[in-house]
Amino acid sequence: MSDIAIRVENLSKLYRIGPRERYRALRNILTDTMYAPFRRIRSTFQRSNVQTGERSNDNYIWALRDVSFEVQRGEVVGIIGRNGAGKTTLLKILSRITEPTEGYAEIHGRVGSLLEVGTGFHPELTGRENIYLNGAILGMRKAEIDKKFDEIVAFAEIEKFLDTPVKRYSSGMYVRLAFAVAAHLDPEILLVDEVLAVGDAAFQKKCLGKMGEVAACGRTVLFVSHNMVAVQTLCGRAYWLDAGRVNACGPVNEVVTRYLRSGLAEDNASERVWPDMATAPGNETVRLRRVAVMPEDGKPGDVITMQTPLRIEVEYWNLLPAVHLHATLHVYNDQGIIAFTTGAGVEPDPVLHVQPPAGLFRSVCHIPGNLLNSGFHRVTLLLVRGKREATYRLNDAIGFEVIDNRERKFAWYGREPGVLQPALRWDTELIQAHQN
Amino acid sequence: MIKGILARQIFNSHQDESVPVFMIRPSKGLIALDLRELWQYRELLYILIWRDIKVRYKQTAIGAAWAVIQPFFAMVVFSLFFGQLAKIPSEGLPYPIFAYSALLPWHFFAKALTEASTSLVANERVITKVYFPRLLVPTAVVLAGLLDFGIAFLILIGMMFFYGIMPSWPVLTIPFFLLLALMTALGVSFWLSALDVEYRDVRYTLPFLTQLWLFATPVVYPSTIVPQAWRALYGLNPMVGVIEGFRWALLGSAPPYSIMLAVSGVAVALVFMSGLIYFRRMERTLADRI
Repeated sequence: MSDIAIRVENLSKLYRIGPRERYRALRNILTDTMYAPFRRIRSTFQRSNVQTGERSNDNYIWALRDVSFEVQRGEVVGIIGRNGAGKTTLLKILSRITEPTEGYAEIHGRVGSLLEVGTGFHPELTGRENIYLNGAILGMRKAEIDKKFDEIVAFAEIEKFLDTPVKRYSSGMYVRLAFAVAAHLDPEILLVDEVLAVGDAAFQKKCLGKMGEVAACGRTVLFVSHNMVAVQTLCGRAYWLDAGRVNACGPVNEVVTRYLRSGLAEDNASERVWPDMATAPGNETVRLRRVAVMPEDGKPGDVITMQTPLRIEVEYWNLLPAVHLHATLHVYNDQGIIAFTTGAGVEPDPVLHVQPPAGLFRSVCHIPGNLLNSGFHRVTLLLVRGKREATYRLNDAIGFEVIDNRERKFAWYGREPGVLQPALRWDTELIQAHQN
Repeated sequence: MIKGILARQIFNSHQDESVPVFMIRPSKGLIALDLRELWQYRELLYILIWRDIKVRYKQTAIGAAWAVIQPFFAMVVFSLFFGQLAKIPSEGLPYPIFAYSALLPWHFFAKALTEASTSLVANERVITKVYFPRLLVPTAVVLAGLLDFGIAFLILIGMMFFYGIMPSWPVLTIPFFLLLALMTALGVSFWLSALDVEYRDVRYTLPFLTQLWLFATPVVYPSTIVPQAWRALYGLNPMVGVIEGFRWALLGSAPPYSIMLAVSGVAVALVFMSGLIYFRRMERTLADRI
């Protein structure tokens, strides 16, 4: 037979939003009933699957619209997209928690859904009891839980606290236990929704490792995440969902790149221009005209990988002659830690330094490849007068994402720690062989 | 009908393994009751019952004694005011045991209603995150009440010894009446729990509802005070058959009027079936409305 694990065809889900009265009063029911015959007549002339009270389009939203795809057995597929794109709705439909409005899905195999860790945990029960409870709710048989009990406890590292009520656990312990149970689910198809973002860094590493193991065992996994690094590490293919529709699909690096490039918001742009000096940011000494970041031989918006050498271009009007102005950049990583600072004034140009005229200047900073770690970086621009007087400062002038597209084997997951990730040379030699 | 191809065995030529296939589609029209699915999830039902029981009396001082206190003290108060002072007839039996034998199944029923009606909303987190037949939620709550029933039943046996009442052959019908009580409790619980999700009024009307229902049921009085002509109509209350049946089976009072019992039995079946059907219908949009 076929090797398909999941087939989805024109799946759509309509939700009612807006002033949703959760509490329906008798009055509304009466009015609705009175108008029912008229609604029936109207709806026969309109193609609609939804019987509604108010026919205004503002009250309805298509969380998913015409989504179709196929997942083969053993594939690990990522689903990415902004918040509200419909990713969780898709998983909920595939988990049978909610019904589709149109379309269908075909599931071959047992489904385990991890939409949340700690589903069903009861604070009054002990850790041991909650393992059985949570496991049963997730779909494990008691015999299965018995068999994996010791593994679960070891993974969660809570041997000493097994018989304490869970309400006494620290949040870290709670989350570790919850994930430990979920991680030992053994279905043919696993649907995972953002549950890896729990616990401290060491535990996250464990979680990603466990996910990798599960994926490598031939399980089919549908992985929803905002963590692009995790998605690129674990998945072979990805789908980009936007406003309920599939925007892109294909090899994971491609889809992630397209997603990141488009998703950059206004103030994280890779290029900003202010052609009109009167309205440009600045003061009476200097006005900014343009700031842009791009690969050394590319243009703003092109993909930047860890190996790509970059250039950052700054154009500004120096309004007062004989003033030594130079551009300085502070580059921050996505944790807000400053990666480095660099300024044009360090090695001043011999000609321009002596008698700088007023006028439009361009400074280009060349950043070598194999320096920065992956992730999103923000650049703050300063225009400095003389040795250290910052005449003008623009925070978060531009931003760029450094993508990690190195070859991955299932050995290490997640981003390497550190602000920088320079490619340094290592020399190893044998000093003395052992005689047996 | 749901085009549920649940657990159809498809033999995979590559792995020589049978793989269940399931189709997820919008369901239209009549809903299949799919009792086989409930059976498949029976382990989860046991765990939910176990959870409800375990949690019920955690951190209480007298624990399981609470199972007995309510019916017992109700009996004491009723015996005083209805038995002694109002002199309500009790078919030749001492009033306390007359009342207690009825209070037992009644208390089971009322408690089941009260807890089950809010059960779906209380389990909202689980319902919106994992799939399992939602029917298990009110079912577990009702079945968990059987434990309390069992404990209070022991007290009843003690009282029977005290009053020197020896049961004869009707006592063998106890399981039947217990089943009737269970079906009534389940049926009404299905209705109430499904309704409570959409109309939160339900939980507020419940104390009022159980009060009225208590008086419409022959707990404090025998059904013989109802004029013969009206007894069939009176039997529409499903609990009538249960209560009178219990009393007859345990205490050897006069057998309940047969037409009344028959009507009551039919009422139980109707309540149960309709509750089941309504719940299954509401179930498919439950996660969206809860």
